[in-house]
Amino acid sequence: MPGPRGNAGRNAAAAKDYMKMGHPGATFGRLMKDLFAQYGVQYALIMVCIIVTVLANVRGNLFIQRLIDDYIMPLVNAKDKDFGPLLAAMAALAALYGLGVLAAAVQSVLMAFVTQGFMMRLRNRMFTHMESLPLGYFDTNTRGDVMSLYTNDIDTLRQMVSQSIPQIITSVLQIVMVLVSMIYLSVPLTVVMLVIAAIMVVLTKVLTGKSGAHFSKQQYSVGELNGYVEEMMSGQKVVKVFTHEEAAKRDFRAVNGTLFNASTKANTFAGFLGPINNQLGYIGYVVCALLGGALAMTGATGLTLGALVSFLTFVKSFTMPISQVSQQLNSIVMALAGAERVHKLLDRTPESDEGKVRLVNVTRDPVSGALTETDSRTQDWGWKVPAGTTVNAKAAGLLVARERGEQLDGVSFHEDGSATITSERIIAMRGDIRLDDVDFSYVPGKQILHDMSMFAKPGQKIALVGSTGAGKTTITNLITRFYDIDSGVITYDGINIRDMRKGDLRRSLGMVLQDTHLFSGSIMDNIRFGRLDATDEQVREAARLANADSFIEKLPDGYDTQLSGDGGALSQGQRQLLAIARAAVADPPALILDEATSSIDTRTEALVQRGMDELMRNRTTFVIAHRLSTIRNADCIMVIEAGRIIERGTHDELIAQQGRYYTLYTGLSK
Amino acid sequence: MDTVKILMRHIGEFKKDAIITPLVMIGEVVCEMIVPLLMATLIDDGVEQGDMGVIVRTSLIMLVVVLCGLAVGCLGSVFGSKAAAGFARNLRQDQYDNIQTFSFSNIDRFSTPSLVTRLTTDVMNIQNAFMMILRMVPRAFSSLIVAMCMAFVVSGRMAMIYLGAVIFLGIVLAVLMNIAAKYFRKAFPEYDVLNENTEENITAIRAVKAFDRENMQIGLFKEISRRIYEIFLKAELTLAAVNPVIQFTVWASLLLISWVGAHLIVSDQLTAGDLTSLLMYCMNILMSLVMLSMTIVMITMSSASARRIAEVLTEQCDMAQPENPVREVTDGAIDFNDVDFSYPQVKVSEHDPTAAKRALQASAARGRRERVLDDIDVHIPAGSVVGVIGGTGSAKTTLVNLIPRLYDVTGGSVMVGGVDVRDYDIDVLRDKVSVVLQNNVLFSGTIASNLRWGNPDATLDDMKRVCRIACADEFIESLPDGYDAVVEQGGQNFSGGQKQRLCIARALLKNPKVLILDDSTSAVDTGTDARIRRALRDQMPDATKIIIAQRVSSVQDADMIIVMDNGRVHGIGTHAELVGADEIYSNIVQLQTSGGGDFDENAMPPASAGASDATAADNHGKETH
Repeated sequence: MPGPRGNAGRNAAAAKDYMKMGHPGATFGRLMKDLFAQYGVQYALIMVCIIVTVLANVRGNLFIQRLIDDYIMPLVNAKDKDFGPLLAAMAALAALYGLGVLAAAVQSVLMAFVTQGFMMRLRNRMFTHMESLPLGYFDTNTRGDVMSLYTNDIDTLRQMVSQSIPQIITSVLQIVMVLVSMIYLSVPLTVVMLVIAAIMVVLTKVLTGKSGAHFSKQQYSVGELNGYVEEMMSGQKVVKVFTHEEAAKRDFRAVNGTLFNASTKANTFAGFLGPINNQLGYIGYVVCALLGGALAMTGATGLTLGALVSFLTFVKSFTMPISQVSQQLNSIVMALAGAERVHKLLDRTPESDEGKVRLVNVTRDPVSGALTETDSRTQDWGWKVPAGTTVNAKAAGLLVARERGEQLDGVSFHEDGSATITSERIIAMRGDIRLDDVDFSYVPGKQILHDMSMFAKPGQKIALVGSTGAGKTTITNLITRFYDIDSGVITYDGINIRDMRKGDLRRSLGMVLQDTHLFSGSIMDNIRFGRLDATDEQVREAARLANADSFIEKLPDGYDTQLSGDGGALSQGQRQLLAIARAAVADPPALILDEATSSIDTRTEALVQRGMDELMRNRTTFVIAHRLSTIRNADCIMVIEAGRIIERGTHDELIAQQGRYYTLYTGLSK
Repeated sequence: MDTVKILMRHIGEFKKDAIITPLVMIGEVVCEMIVPLLMATLIDDGVEQGDMGVIVRTSLIMLVVVLCGLAVGCLGSVFGSKAAAGFARNLRQDQYDNIQTFSFSNIDRFSTPSLVTRLTTDVMNIQNAFMMILRMVPRAFSSLIVAMCMAFVVSGRMAMIYLGAVIFLGIVLAVLMNIAAKYFRKAFPEYDVLNENTEENITAIRAVKAFDRENMQIGLFKEISRRIYEIFLKAELTLAAVNPVIQFTVWASLLLISWVGAHLIVSDQLTAGDLTSLLMYCMNILMSLVMLSMTIVMITMSSASARRIAEVLTEQCDMAQPENPVREVTDGAIDFNDVDFSYPQVKVSEHDPTAAKRALQASAARGRRERVLDDIDVHIPAGSVVGVIGGTGSAKTTLVNLIPRLYDVTGGSVMVGGVDVRDYDIDVLRDKVSVVLQNNVLFSGTIASNLRWGNPDATLDDMKRVCRIACADEFIESLPDGYDAVVEQGGQNFSGGQKQRLCIARALLKNPKVLILDDSTSAVDTGTDARIRRALRDQMPDATKIIIAQRVSSVQDADMIIVMDNGRVHGIGTHAELVGADEIYSNIVQLQTSGGGDFDENAMPPASAGASDATAADNHGKETH
């Protein structure tokens, strides 16, 4: 977990994301491709519906223009008032309108399905992908950063999919249809309108650019304010203790003022857009009326007064969709910024997992010792190794097996002590873990571990000792393949851990980590997380082993007590007890304990220790601890300093050596 | 509606802008209403008559009106934006200022994320809604009224058609919005669940991967995701009816007007020009109705935000200030006189599910034990060193929190310097009683800026002095920037032990009469711990020092050790007196000396580069509540 960034820094970075867009075009294209790949048919239908609605509208407008001249005036002048033709025309229009209403309904319904479906798929895709990412991703991105993908960014996309896109389609269609009619009526006047439209587009661009810059600033200030508030609110009790209230108010005033300024400017410019485009529409109207009137009177271009009247009615229908599209621009820009961030997540390379070796339950033939895979849960485990895997013959127990005269048809031994498995076989899980010349760095160039070699024989307890940052937790992170090593090799029962399926490797290692995380749900569920098919009784038994039983029973709802917010109401010590129970119920072949009892008070720890001893018996265990009792009983103690093992041996050996361990030990007992 | 009143009080200096905006918007509507009239003149008297003079004259008038419209429209944006952004600014500031008056039990009622949301997202929602109210509502409303009146002036009978349409559309929209709002209300809690689930997976990703539970978590997520999909789909399908209904109403009105209008014209009750203007108003009326309905949706959606903000604004500090407060703390003597204490019933905000759940759990975790402190009668002379020891949940922290009056006792009294803490001016009391809280918080800034929390006027020498006492000087001076070294949020760039020492130094700068260290040296190695205690004894002989610790070595040389158990004093005395006499204390001593002690990693030289990985996790682990 290298250098977590401060909150303020994160927000600033997020705000910068809004400011500089990488490739809005490419992002837009990719988004559309996704959308049409999933919902192409629906979009085609939606398009048809929009065309029908727009046609109904245009047809209706035409009718209204002709209503007075073509239908009412003849009626007024006629002797017999026959409303027949009018009724017929209106009936035809009503039918078209009916169709239009239907189309509008179908469009809305389809849109609802498309929007919500797209959102759900995207959410699921993001989450599924996120779960597959290596830990490095979670180290370099703060929680707030990732969370905002699921909330803010996805929300901007929803707006775009459900509102902006259909709006744009409708507007474009309208513009095209109106444009065709206008050209038909008068080319010169159309040119005038196109000029007006061009002015509108330019002004829109200028204004959205201006307001966009201020919106970015606003977003940046919001981020800053957010960071500030988050920090101060979580430290509010310290503020009280230090009577720092007045200073806090003063500081906040400054941050708040910046946001106010940016927000005012952003909204002011954005607010100009509506009136300007609106009034430009009227100006277009006036210009056309003046010019058209002049043209009609000179009769030069064959423009009749009737045509001019019709043309003028089109003016508003032409400018309105343009200003509607321009209103959507800000939200599209925001959505593209969101989409870009979402794409960045989806483009992260998932954790590589090409391993084929599986962990299986086995039964052992009492006579020959041969292993057979079984579905039932035995206490015995084996590695199912596919053909073609090369293993360390000795560590995999193959040499012993050969000496015993076991059938080893599917194994070819090599000179260098390795062996290749030529037909799938099961190798007994013994818990032999070796690190050989391992180098590692979280960030390229900043090496954390140097030439690390160590081995744990089956059932041994290895203690890792050293100062903060020496690399103890890092070693356990490598054994679990949370991170991949730069060079060297780690084997587990002679098998390179890279050849193991990650999930199986990890399942074989029960882990109790330094910081305990719990999930929303009952206490029962949380312990059962270690082994999903555990019965209630097995869960209770594990809790008793971890000495968690007594405090759980004291809760009003016992094991059914619901936890939320990472089990925030439980003390750190209680949470550690649950984590131990979780590992205990998993009943894994090997264990990693990273400061597993650091927050448990002395007297409780004495009680837990018995359970822990029980848990560690006959299991290979890596333990990081600073409690003496835990370390002293280890089979081997590794003293680690700055990424290197500087001393190793049993407690007595190390004391006799009078090195670093000795200093530490005596320093304590004086 | 009370909520609205509460919020409105905070418009403050932006009242002027808030009043001008709707007036200007009405001006824009007036301009927009004149334009169609001018257009009619332009067509009827100009174009159709072929009268260029009329065309030019009318056009010019129209141009003027258009420019006026433009001007007022832009002014509307200027004033409206300022009013809304200003209102938002005040809401943020006033909430923040009020939070500063909160007592600890007030703070307990709200969770940090919820307060952050109230100050940011919720205020943003109100800002947008307010802008709508100032600009869109008057616009839509006045244009509706004007168009309606015009329609009535032209023809009462025809106007009735509009009235019918308006009423019809109004009712249908109201019903639809109501149904949709119900679904939205259902959806938000589900969204919270989804967010919580995602957040958990991010923080606990190691646990997920360690137990190979990725697929199970994906399954869970998809299930919640599907539930949200279904609820939102229902909401959107309800809203999907809005568009066709509007289309239907518009078109039906058009047809009706045309049909009835044709008859009226034929029977000479209406002119052709009248019909044209009526058709024009039709669009105006229905468009403003749609606009109104949309703003109403926006406003209803922000009503939850309004309630949440109002809650923070009206929250009253529940700690009474004395009328004639004592302004001086004479010495550091502390007396607990028959003190009982139970945490105040947390009436958690209904708008804060996280805090509500947490409070529920907290009370559950206490195991229905109402009384947290029971019959504490302890008297501590000024200048003494007092150790407090006991298991988790034995109420050690609660006990010391009463001294700077972070909470008020339920029964009995706590006195500092012979005066009841409730009689002090609270700032004076807290300046003289310095607590180093269990969860250390450093703020982003520099080391110096953090230390100055203790005393804003502290000089570099002052800081060096206290850092020497807290044994923080060595590592600070080894940093390239020394006292100006950058501190990241939460002090993440320092190790647990370093942070603890900085927090102690910060508390010392206050020059307190009482210093309380609440498990503040747990991450400091035993040797340094001893040096800090020695320095405190030598350099601050007059200050009463109260030390809560897990380690016997931290308390064994204290003048007085209080052994806490289950909210009661189990034993009290010196180390020598307690060993053998007090069963709990003896037990702890025995466990810690017989190899149960700490093999302290911090005795080693502080790690240099790459230390942050363990540091961050360390930081996390120490956040016990």
